[in-house]
Amino acid sequence: MTAMLEMRNVSKSFSGVQALRDVNFSVQAGQIHALVGENGAGKSTLMKVLSGVYPAGSYEGTIVFDGEERRFRDINDSEALGIIIIHQELALIPLMSIAENIFLSHPPSKFGVIDRDEVYRRTRELLAQVGLKESPDTLITDLGVGKQQLVEIAKALSKRVRMLILDEPTASLNEADSAALLERLMAFREQGIGSILISHKLNEVAKVADHITVLRDGRTVDSIDCHAEPIQEDRIIRSMVNRDMAHRFPERSVKIGEPVLDVTNWSVYHPIHPERQVIKNVNFGVRRGEVVGIAGLMGAGRTEFAMSLFGRSWGTNISGSIALEGRQITLPSVAAAIDAGLAYVTEDRKQLGLILADDVRKNITLASLDQVAPNRVIDDIAELKVASDYRNRMRIRCSDVYQETGQLSGGNQQKVVLSKWLMTDPKVLILDEPTRGIDVGAKYEIYCIINELAEAGRGVVVISSEMPELLGICDRICVMNEGAFVGEFRGAEATQEKIMRAIMRNERSNGVPEAAEMGGTQP
Amino acid sequence: MTDKTVSLPEERRHGNFIKNNLRNYGMLMSLVAIMLFFQVMTGGTLLQPLNLTNLVLQNSYIVIMALGMLLVIVTGHIDLSVGSVAGFVGAVAALLMVTYKVDYTLAFIICLAVGAAIGAAQGYWVAYFKIPSFIVTLAGMLVFKGLALAVLQGQSLGPFPPTFQKLSSGFIPELLPEAGTLHPTSMLIGAVLALGLVYAGAKGRSREQSHGIEVEPYAFFLGKSILLACAVLYFTYLIASHRGLPNVLVIMTALIALYGFVTRRTVIGRQIYAVGGNAKAASLSGIKTERLTFLTFVNMGVLAALAGLVFAARLNTATPKAGLGFELDVIAACFIGGASAYGGVGRVGGAVVGAMIMGVMNNGMSILGIGIDYQQVIKGLVLLGAVCIDVYNQRR
Repeated sequence: MTAMLEMRNVSKSFSGVQALRDVNFSVQAGQIHALVGENGAGKSTLMKVLSGVYPAGSYEGTIVFDGEERRFRDINDSEALGIIIIHQELALIPLMSIAENIFLSHPPSKFGVIDRDEVYRRTRELLAQVGLKESPDTLITDLGVGKQQLVEIAKALSKRVRMLILDEPTASLNEADSAALLERLMAFREQGIGSILISHKLNEVAKVADHITVLRDGRTVDSIDCHAEPIQEDRIIRSMVNRDMAHRFPERSVKIGEPVLDVTNWSVYHPIHPERQVIKNVNFGVRRGEVVGIAGLMGAGRTEFAMSLFGRSWGTNISGSIALEGRQITLPSVAAAIDAGLAYVTEDRKQLGLILADDVRKNITLASLDQVAPNRVIDDIAELKVASDYRNRMRIRCSDVYQETGQLSGGNQQKVVLSKWLMTDPKVLILDEPTRGIDVGAKYEIYCIINELAEAGRGVVVISSEMPELLGICDRICVMNEGAFVGEFRGAEATQEKIMRAIMRNERSNGVPEAAEMGGTQP
Repeated sequence: MTDKTVSLPEERRHGNFIKNNLRNYGMLMSLVAIMLFFQVMTGGTLLQPLNLTNLVLQNSYIVIMALGMLLVIVTGHIDLSVGSVAGFVGAVAALLMVTYKVDYTLAFIICLAVGAAIGAAQGYWVAYFKIPSFIVTLAGMLVFKGLALAVLQGQSLGPFPPTFQKLSSGFIPELLPEAGTLHPTSMLIGAVLALGLVYAGAKGRSREQSHGIEVEPYAFFLGKSILLACAVLYFTYLIASHRGLPNVLVIMTALIALYGFVTRRTVIGRQIYAVGGNAKAASLSGIKTERLTFLTFVNMGVLAALAGLVFAARLNTATPKAGLGFELDVIAACFIGGASAYGGVGRVGGAVVGAMIMGVMNNGMSILGIGIDYQQVIKGLVLLGAVCIDVYNQRR
């Protein structure tokens, strides 16, 4: 059988960062091809290349579809051939009906007037095809996430789909919905539709996939024909995580002291869906001089946990107790948390961490203006001195502290955020994805800063999706999945396989990944 | 830290300096150009002492409200109700002073309190209920326009007690013997102000220099100081040769100085800009974003009330039509002055210059006999043009 789709030697880089290197990938008609890999392994990039989000010319390599080389200029070109991608974040309009959503771009019409009978007839057909028993009139907002996913698929089917790309379709579904969805995929296989399934859930992959490709650091590292050999989960996990340690980590002398932060029985509910428990009665602690990592997949609840601790800046109906240096405290607001000695460096520095239009100086002093403002009037000389001081200490590369923060590189912006929080003189620092989107050199500098903080007797918590980073800098790693801690390892005994296994084991046994939906958290 | 600042060759430093400051002074230069244009076109009428005094009196309430509106816009909001609120407060003032014969000081305080309460009521919905300010204040605009009509029962109400009228039409008392038509007290105040500004500038510069901060080149500083002093002296000279400094100009100047200080140098000012720049980042830095938004609306209410009083005192009656369309001039003044519609950016000086540009254009075009119809067309185009230039500058 010849391949319906073949991607040959695809490479793609973003301003110097190589996201894909010589990836070869092919899918046959009537095949379910699973694509697995860590966060940032290049799965989504590969799919964006395929669907034309990154147009021809912006990458190297060739795409062959139906035996012909294709150069997609945008997503319309790929859709015209029947390549349909369904993103993790659903692209449905909540206050429109199922029928309106399915026929949003090309409603059947006569002389420009939408033919409603035809819309309803075809919507019913499509809904029957995906096994969704809902009226075409139902508004999207009234459907659960699982059913919305099916509507997305129905929408794809309305466009004469030849190849369906599903980006973590079951991440936000419960077990029954997931099973139903996978069954649909198997039905499509019978109809000769090729599918690409991106998933973290190896048990699902094992159930439906005909072929598995493992990506790591933008390369194809393993390719498994599921009909020729038995699926070994261990092999897949090892392929996913076993990378060469490209970047090294600074040495440090570890001196762990008294407990500084102790959280017990912490529980948080979703602010919009208050019946959904996002953090499930967890216990967590940090000692002076200790660097604790929190590992987990996106949406595991790590950010939500950190933000709920930080002056209840996320979630509702928060309960549990916090002790700082052995004293029970309550932190009803961010200001109270800062005063108590807690600092939280946000995962998204542009949206949540910095005021990009303001200069470096104003950003550094923002959380501790009182230190430079006796009587609430800012002493600009004192402010300038403090800011310049941090600029030198943290080696922030900027023309001067009056430079607009938005003009700095990612690494330097991150140092500005760190400076802001160091200035508050925290006892415990929570760093959420501190090295995301910054280059290797700046990463090393951030690791050095983390070490200095710990050596100065502060407690440091690092949330990261990059496992080598956690292994390289942490004294202890806690693994979070679906709002609970599912594993804990001493720094020396932790390995990527052990962490990944702890997550996967939990995914399988639990199967109701409710928290996974909160990927893009807003405070 | 100074040894680490990269020193550039002299010419490039000057070049950079001019480039960086062009944006700040761009609007001021536009104002000067517009004034020169009308001065020539009106054959010198624009800057005649009488006309200049009138110009100040006519625009004082716009400037006062622009100070409050700037803060509202900086937090990323808008207040469409200020004209109606000013009109309503004027009506309340007339009711108190004319109908109920309340003492003018007490009435003045009550009116400001009413303004604060109105601002608080609107700010509450915007800040804590997260209702878009456009909608809340659009509702407020209708409500207070209606209430002003109701309070006045559709009639004009006046006249006000003479002391109250002094708020707008009075001039500072003359303490020194008059020299011809020139009012020496006013001239003296102007001279002291000019010297004070130059002295403060020089002191700040040398303070910065002693801490090793890179300051503007000396030639620029000298030139700027001389120009500033001359402008202040000339302006005061013109005003002093009519009837001296109007009371309202003194109030206005004090308010401009106060708000300039608050926005640039105080913690609360800095925090207001942070809220507008990135509300989420500000709130995660421990800033009480909601309370600050609320307070900017309360402040706006008080200033709108003050403007309403000034306007009522100037007309010497409260009319149901008072305040009509003021909000447009006030908002336009802020945007012409470089405030960003997305929040976080805007200067007090800019808003004042913006208000003056609008004022000079109104006045100049009226002297030239341009009808109200085309005046509006031209003002609209100037607003659009000013914001276009600003957006273009930011993209560069």
